Amino acid sequence: MQKIGVFVCHCGTNIAATVDVKAVVDALAKEPSVVFAADYPYMCSESGQNLIKDAIREHELTGVVICSCSPRMHEVTFRRAAASAGLNPYLVEVANIREQCSWIHKDKAEATEKAIILGRAAIAKALLNAPLIAGESPVTKRALVIGGGIAGIQTALDIAEAGFPVDIVEQKPTIGGKMAQIDKTFPTLDCSACILTPKMVECAQNENIRIFSYSEVESVSGFVGSFTVKIRKKARYVDEVKCTGCGLCTEKCPVKNVPNEFNLGFDNRRAVYIPFAQAIPKIAVIDPDRCNMLKNGKCGLCSRVCEAGAINYKQTDEIVEEHYGAIVAATGYEISDVTRYGEYAYTESKDVITSLEFERLTNAAGPTGGVLLRPSDGKHPHTIVFIQCVGSRCVLEKGKPYCSKICCMYTAKHAMLTREKYPDTEVYVFYIDVRTPGKNFDEFYRRAAEEFGVHYIKGAVGKIVPRADGTLDVQAADLIMDEQLRISADLVVLAAAIEPSKTARKLATMLTASMDTNDFFTEAHPKLRPVESPTAGIFLSGVCQGPKDIPETVSQAGACAAKVIGLLSKNKLTGNPCVAHSDELMCNGCSSCANVCPYGAITYLDKEFRMPDRTTKVRRVASVNPAVCQGCGACTVACPSGAMDLSGFSNSQIMAEVDAICR
Amino acid sequence: MTKIAYYPGCTLKNKARALDEEARAAARLLGYEFEEIDEWQCCGGAFTTSRDEIATKLAAARALTWARDHGGRVVTVCSACYNVLKQTNAAFRTDSEFAAKVSRYEKTDPPYRGEAEVVHWFELLRDEIGFDKLRAAVKKPLKGRKIAPYYGCLLLRPSETLAFDSPENPTVMEDFIRALGAEPVRYAMRNECCGGYLTLEDRDAAKKRSAAVLSSAVEMGADCMITACPLCLYNLTKNAAGPLEIRYFTDVLAEALGLKEGGENA
Amino acid sequence: MNKQDLKEEIVRMSGSAVEKCMRCGKCSASCPSYEDMEYHPHEFVYLVEKGDIEKLMASESIYKCLTCFACVERCPRGVEPAKVVEAVRLIVIREQGMNRLKPDDIPGLWDKDLPQQAIVTAMRKYTK
Repeated sequence: MQKIGVFVCHCGTNIAATVDVKAVVDALAKEPSVVFAADYPYMCSESGQNLIKDAIREHELTGVVICSCSPRMHEVTFRRAAASAGLNPYLVEVANIREQCSWIHKDKAEATEKAIILGRAAIAKALLNAPLIAGESPVTKRALVIGGGIAGIQTALDIAEAGFPVDIVEQKPTIGGKMAQIDKTFPTLDCSACILTPKMVECAQNENIRIFSYSEVESVSGFVGSFTVKIRKKARYVDEVKCTGCGLCTEKCPVKNVPNEFNLGFDNRRAVYIPFAQAIPKIAVIDPDRCNMLKNGKCGLCSRVCEAGAINYKQTDEIVEEHYGAIVAATGYEISDVTRYGEYAYTESKDVITSLEFERLTNAAGPTGGVLLRPSDGKHPHTIVFIQCVGSRCVLEKGKPYCSKICCMYTAKHAMLTREKYPDTEVYVFYIDVRTPGKNFDEFYRRAAEEFGVHYIKGAVGKIVPRADGTLDVQAADLIMDEQLRISADLVVLAAAIEPSKTARKLATMLTASMDTNDFFTEAHPKLRPVESPTAGIFLSGVCQGPKDIPETVSQAGACAAKVIGLLSKNKLTGNPCVAHSDELMCNGCSSCANVCPYGAITYLDKEFRMPDRTTKVRRVASVNPAVCQGCGACTVACPSGAMDLSGFSNSQIMAEVDAICR
Repeated sequence: MTKIAYYPGCTLKNKARALDEEARAAARLLGYEFEEIDEWQCCGGAFTTSRDEIATKLAAARALTWARDHGGRVVTVCSACYNVLKQTNAAFRTDSEFAAKVSRYEKTDPPYRGEAEVVHWFELLRDEIGFDKLRAAVKKPLKGRKIAPYYGCLLLRPSETLAFDSPENPTVMEDFIRALGAEPVRYAMRNECCGGYLTLEDRDAAKKRSAAVLSSAVEMGADCMITACPLCLYNLTKNAAGPLEIRYFTDVLAEALGLKEGGENA
Repeated sequence: MNKQDLKEEIVRMSGSAVEKCMRCGKCSASCPSYEDMEYHPHEFVYLVEKGDIEKLMASESIYKCLTCFACVERCPRGVEPAKVVEAVRLIVIREQGMNRLKPDDIPGLWDKDLPQQAIVTAMRKYTK
């Protein structure tokens, strides 16, 4: 004989204002098997929980139904209370009469009726609950950070500092990411490289950190606490151990006309190269598409000049397998394609550039040694137009519907620094809104306008007309003057939208981590769990989660590291017992369940079965790994024979709930 | 010889007769026989964007229905006809209320739902004939000529519906000019409006538009400009005096293919 | 028509989502007729959104739009200002006696090179 206790929460007025709580108690008390029913203003409070505990003991309850807020909020609270009173925590059911009832209805009579029905369904389900015991799994005390920009670097350093080993996988030959290409940082105008490179060096020197540069994640399997990851170390054709980074090969290589990625193609590198002076690791890499030796066996000069004997033309990609307890996505961003906005003439004129290109043109380590010269003729530009929101806040297919967040500030920085260094240069900024929420941000922007005389114009640019004399006619609207303007500019800088790395989607699939429609990783909760993916053991750091600037990225990287450290400090993880299981006698081995499982939790076994005539037969049956299963229930829906079922959410429980609702 | 339904439009049967005749002659040389739509009516020159306009779209609707029943597609030469036919066709595809009203009024059986394809002569050239075949057919390459392609608005916009070429940086006319042996001139105003019908409402305003287009091309070194639109040709010729010769694209095409002598417009 | 009905009529005719406008002004930055207009594309969108349509109807600006679609093409929000201008113009010229261009005007505007296309297009734009 089951004994169910029902507890109805007022949630202050959140529920009680729309639902007649007393009526709900009276109605549910009459349900079969209910031996106790009560209400309380805040069931989640200490005394509310005591009410539940006392009732469990006093009435020897075999099940508890709580009518309150969403189980996402307090299911854990109520399960703990039940457990402390000696009841298996999985015998607790929560009926959501707040988010799914009181908050969305206005009519009290209707809302009360619905609350009663929801309570009745929860009772029906509770009657079929079985005690469940969560399993345990071990934790591999090593973390993987995917991406070696400032986000990945900071996360890795913080994890390493706490004493846990951590690996960084970076697809480029060096760590450093976009921050290494930036000249100055807002709002303090520190030199970006000067504050970044010490952190890069720290990564190289920290005993707990290994860097897999020029490497990619090939596959991920396993689950929180014990992931297995295959990493492809791409062939550098240079022995990483032997190379001293002296750079002699990069001076002697005869192939001199390869566009230099680090300087965004403004100058050239050789076929064998070190991306930039402070690269970490400082190891040369041979570009197989441009090296004559690798292409047709003719050259070998680098090998001859290398005193360390590090050149190895026969090197091939290497796959290494590593084990991790936690994985951090820190894949960062790319500059979106501005050629989609043909009206800005990016492809028509060399003097229309992106903001990141502007960074290289003003960087002392850049192609012009930090002297601002326009790309077409190397002359000093006297009029510069900056255009904001190029691709951002654009709901068309070619654009990004979101605000890229960093452009207002870096443009203020560009404009200010230009005016400071070249007072003879007129600087115009076309903006839709200037967005500067951040410490000392608005003051910074106002300084650009007030002290440095940057012309901020509210309005957009419609078209850029490259003229025969090399100038650019910028046709724009000044919305405050209600005028159409034509500015003859020498240089135009486009604040291009930022977008997640193209590698992110492939990685998300491998990690079974969810993404939004813009390919940013989704957080487990936008406010309360901002650095965790909904997939256990996967954490998020930096722009891969959403646009953010350097200070915000560093803060988030630290928060992410704290979550990883919290996980790695545990010796065992308690699993979720609400997982799927297959009835082998009913399973026909069709693979429908494995095909829909997003976590790869289902495998197949060939098992011997005794037949009624005492013969035996080998059949293929599904088997669920309870440590990998997340209890999503997709397999139970896909299973044609009804063999797959979910503990805590069994098919019979769901049917009982439906029956109770329809009664 | 591939047969294809052809919608000439009002001006090609009057002031721009050469545009019609040369387009057909060149097509014939490249393997296409244009079959003029029976009793076609003037498209009206402009697509009225308002969704409650039905009567102004009927002429185009009839031509499209005829094309559906005669090979499934219709080719145009005039930019305006192309624009009106293609936008009307899109309205049939996306606005079922409009499609139902027209079909009921026209007693179209089966009801027309936008099944026909509208193609411009340039699309036929680019996507089917190919520039290589055109290049091979050229008898008198236009060597040394600097030709500015003028797209205007009607071929390109709205690009979502027309999908003719990139709306800001189109290339089909440049490739066409190259195939004829001449040098295309890149200039930014090639996709800006010539002044269009405003020439009858406010000629001074229209003149400013044509002048902006022409000076942009002249500045970039053009000695000739080509267009597919009779109204553009009129505005650029009449509303803006300049050193530039304005010609129909079919005119330079016929010249290069050896179908005519000289370079004047009809 | 009252303000609200007029606004709804314009929105229905044009199919334009005027409320999506974020006031960037790219339509007006792109407009070739800008200097010949009293109200500019972004103001058409703004005033229609506000329901302040009478001043647009009384303005010569509705006859200066070339329907060149540069604004439609470049609007980052998909608002389609040219369709809004056309809807306002149609509201005006659909009223009896409000034809902007009359057949009798044509001979005075005619010249021997004028293509038929110019006349039919202008009639379509300015006459009901």
